[in-house]
Amino acid sequence: MSNVGIVIVSHSPLVAEGTADMVRQMVGDEVPLAWCGGDPDGGLGTSVEAILAAIDKAWSEAGVAMLVDLGGAETNSEMAVEMLPPERGGKVVVCNAPIVEGAVIAATEASGGASLQEVRRTAEELSAL
Amino acid sequence: MSDTDPRLREIFEAVAQAIIAHADELTELDAAVGDGDHGHNMKRGMQAVLGELDALSAKPWNDALKAAGMQLVLKVGGASGPLYGTLFMTLGKSLDMPPTREGVAAALQTAIEAVMARGKASTGQKTMLDVLVPVSEALAAGRSPAEVAEVARKACAATKDMLATKGRASFLGERSIGHIDPGARSSLIIIEAVAAQLGDVK
Repeated sequence: MSNVGIVIVSHSPLVAEGTADMVRQMVGDEVPLAWCGGDPDGGLGTSVEAILAAIDKAWSEAGVAMLVDLGGAETNSEMAVEMLPPERGGKVVVCNAPIVEGAVIAATEASGGASLQEVRRTAEELSAL
Repeated sequence: MSDTDPRLREIFEAVAQAIIAHADELTELDAAVGDGDHGHNMKRGMQAVLGELDALSAKPWNDALKAAGMQLVLKVGGASGPLYGTLFMTLGKSLDMPPTREGVAAALQTAIEAVMARGKASTGQKTMLDVLVPVSEALAAGRSPAEVAEVARKACAATKDMLATKGRASFLGERSIGHIDPGARSSLIIIEAVAAQLGDVK
């Protein structure tokens, strides 16, 4: 059984890549991981196409948990999830959690073999603190 | 037999050119209450629509709206991409062919509901919905294109005194009051461009 994958979506490619670096260093390589950031021209923003590619890259049969930053990152991520083929769409969730802490905690949970719902719940507990 | 409509190309082109022409103004409005990228983002999306104009004009209205919406989703980059993309795509999906006034009014209402679901928003929150909802009501009430455009102008101006409770502008709290909402303004630009193309068509 594969581990849940993690996708990080920020308006800034630097924030997204830096968050992914932290996950890799703190959690290791047992979790499929991908990040994207920046609008289609490379400015600050997000791109549905890039988000779809990141979901594909981090794809796991156990599902994919997404950690996103503000506004458009969330809206574009939800749009991307809806555009996935139905057999994949039901296995991708956007976590309501802070992007950096959420990514690290979600990846930690995922690396232990937790289910998609457990990964999401653990990440979202951060928002309740 | 063809479902294509020669007006389709003119209307899409007019809408795209109007947004592109107002890109700097939209960005200035967005700089006041948001992150200052609305004009730039919408311009990029509408340039993508212009690039597809030949393909769009070969399609019937419903398929062309879906295809244009997909371009906006993929190219805009900000939250307005999925919001306007959802508006256009749902409009296309819900439109009975051939289009009638009643059919367009019904499809627009369905499309607005989809935008509300996508943005988790409703009216009165200083968003594009504050223009689109009164426009939809005016259309359903049988008003002329010029009258619908006037409704849109008033609705857009009314967002100035609203308190933003949705989107980036909501971070500003009361400081959002006194600025026209950029999404309301871009919706007005689109409505005015369509109305001008339709002229006095009833």
